[in-house]
Amino acid sequence: MAIGILGRKLGMSQIFTEGGKVIPVTIVRSEPAVVVNKREKAKNGYSAIQLGYEENKKANKPLKGYFKKQGITPKKYLREFRIEDTSSYEVGQRLGVDLFSEQELVKVSAKSKGKGFTGVVKRHNFSGGNASHGSMSGKVVGSIGQSSDPSRVWKNTGMPGRMGGKKVSVKNLKVIKIDKNRGLVFIKGAIPGPEKGLVVIQKKI
Amino acid sequence: MISIDSIRRENLKKMPKFHPGDTLEVSTKIKEGDKERIQHFSGIVIRERGCGISKTFTVRKISYGVGVERTFPLYSPSIAKIRLKQEGTVRRSKLYYLRERKGKSATRIKVKKR
Repeated sequence: MAIGILGRKLGMSQIFTEGGKVIPVTIVRSEPAVVVNKREKAKNGYSAIQLGYEENKKANKPLKGYFKKQGITPKKYLREFRIEDTSSYEVGQRLGVDLFSEQELVKVSAKSKGKGFTGVVKRHNFSGGNASHGSMSGKVVGSIGQSSDPSRVWKNTGMPGRMGGKKVSVKNLKVIKIDKNRGLVFIKGAIPGPEKGLVVIQKKI
Repeated sequence: MISIDSIRRENLKKMPKFHPGDTLEVSTKIKEGDKERIQHFSGIVIRERGCGISKTFTVRKISYGVGVERTFPLYSPSIAKIRLKQEGTVRRSKLYYLRERKGKSATRIKVKKR
């Protein structure tokens, strides 16, 4: 893992280059995240920095106590970024969009949109059966294995179930534009998750 | 809180208003090596689609007996100028029926009365 920032996905738009080419972009708004804590190898067994994002007015007492100890107002989200050298970061330091530069490649992680309980055609890209000609196997699961040998269903067999709502990361997305005043990052292409969803943008390792 | 719509609207330039059925002359910048020149394309608008920054329109003309259609992004920086040559009266938003027409009827559209 590398250092990164937190933000919220605003939505998609497009940008014209000077030559008139269209670049599809996703816009992420990011307020500066605050370094809340540092993890040291000697003390915690690993080294990382903990970032807090967005003010939290509904923090409970234990959480308030933790933030008070760090001397920072309570934050809604806490995310740790594992980095080897934490010495250049101080508790209370702010990390904003100026961490990145234009044309840089980044990794973007977010919780994907929940699809609910879905069948195998949507969830595992099975090909469906005939829709017509009297066929009754439109989107059915079909066979899930062999007979008396092995007498069980193999592990990782594709079956219906909950889809989405899991962390998805996309690597090597290009940062097209950065608006430092308003804290906007324009990333080429689509990124996971719904609009207004929390997004983690990380440096490429 | 910044809304996505306000960001999308930011780069919208003022463009001349036109509708399907109108005859336009679209001047586009074309780069050849390090030289830039202007090329004109004139014909009938047969389609508008999309909205905001992603809006595009399609212009159809008959060139040496061959139908040619070109789709332009409305807010593209490579469009130097759009000149409205004639306003037309049509009853559809997509004038795909012009593709099946031959001869004079393929390029003529009722002129809008002022």
